Amino acid sequence: MIEVKKLVKRFGLKTILRGLDFHVEPGEFVALLGPNGAGKTTFLRILASLSRPSLGTVHVAGYSLPNESAQVRARLGVVSHMPLLYPDLTAEENLEFYARMYGIMNAAPRITEVLGMVGLEARRKDLVRTFSRGMQQRLAIGRAIIHDPEVVLFDEPYTGLDQDASTMLDEVLRSVAAKGRTVVMTSHDLARAEDLATRFDILSRGVITASAKRSDFKNTNLLDFYKKALAG
Amino acid sequence: MTNETNTTAIVQRPSFLKAVMAIVQKDLSAEFRSRELLSAMLVFSMLVILIFNFALELNIDVRRTVTAGVLWTTFAFAGTLGLNRSMAVEKDRGCMDGLLLAPVDRSAIFFGKAISNLAFMLIVEAIVIPLYALLYNETRIFQLEFLGVLLLGSIGYISVGTLLSAMSVQTRTRDVLLPILLFPVAVPVLLASVKASGGIIEGLPLNDILTPINLLIVYDIVFIAISFMVFDFVVEE
Repeated sequence: MIEVKKLVKRFGLKTILRGLDFHVEPGEFVALLGPNGAGKTTFLRILASLSRPSLGTVHVAGYSLPNESAQVRARLGVVSHMPLLYPDLTAEENLEFYARMYGIMNAAPRITEVLGMVGLEARRKDLVRTFSRGMQQRLAIGRAIIHDPEVVLFDEPYTGLDQDASTMLDEVLRSVAAKGRTVVMTSHDLARAEDLATRFDILSRGVITASAKRSDFKNTNLLDFYKKALAG
Repeated sequence: MTNETNTTAIVQRPSFLKAVMAIVQKDLSAEFRSRELLSAMLVFSMLVILIFNFALELNIDVRRTVTAGVLWTTFAFAGTLGLNRSMAVEKDRGCMDGLLLAPVDRSAIFFGKAISNLAFMLIVEAIVIPLYALLYNETRIFQLEFLGVLLLGSIGYISVGTLLSAMSVQTRTRDVLLPILLFPVAVPVLLASVKASGGIIEGLPLNDILTPINLLIVYDIVFIAISFMVFDFVVEE
């Protein structure tokens, strides 16, 4: 579903990604972990076609980036720590706007379904500016899956959320993944990542330094694996 | 909270026009609810008009020669305020990324933002011009030709301004940077607008003001075409 080979990203003289290789099978939930400045957000922005690779090849859902970026964007949903929502529009109006931008025919039932899924049906007529951070993040997930994408990217989705909001977000993330979507999530929250993901990749200094599946953790745990990967 | 059922979204590639209209409708709905941008532009324009009214001792002849300049100065500064704010709304909450993630030609984003910016500028002009006429006792600005020049000048100013605001909004000094970038590039459209509007107020025959009007038309076409071609590169990292 995602195939990245020898990806390099430079900003001026600074090299952020240094020949990164990454492969994700359809339906996998990959947690991309790493310290601050490792290049996680830069990598996700390239997968989302928001940034161009300097070198290397990137394929998402069978389409090449940046040449076929419109086809990739039609099959991709993105949730970042910013909600990408308009505070002066209601929850419903925000989803209606994005439904139009994605060319969704007869969007009303889909909007109702998505609002129900993220637990905001009762607040559909309320302005987003009246929402708590947790509610905005749930609506952001609704926005990202409104067009039923094959791949969903989450960039630090738990940033700024309290415990209750994070627990609610866990449920939403599980339901997003449950439909067989391919999910890539960056996070600093190892416990949550361990709970949700089926595979764990460690990104450090612009390359993937270690990768493990959930089934590999019999005599160890994610924290030990993470520490070893960064030490090595 | 419930799991997703099987109401699968039927997705088509959105048409260019539908995407443009979605952005325009979104901008107008948000602005008519918050009134942040329009109120700032309007208050600023009225203050400028009032200051000119007090600062200049205007007899009827002087008034005739300065009207076009006063109005275009006001609209240019108020337009800059609006352009900055309109793009900042997209940038500050990451909504620009939301627009860029949509599977549409990115020039649709330019046209959507430019049309809503133009609508805001025209609303401000529609309120400021009667106010100016009242304060300065100047009724010749209600001529159809004058309003036509106002529209042409506004289109040119907004098209280049929308492109440059998409660039400047990505910097920390966006409030300062936009006028610094915009005014030198917009000099031809402002000069032509002032000349054509001034000629109409002074009652010159159409032949005498044809050159600035043609310049405005050419400027509009050139900058809309340039923006169409380069907007994708301006907004992408």
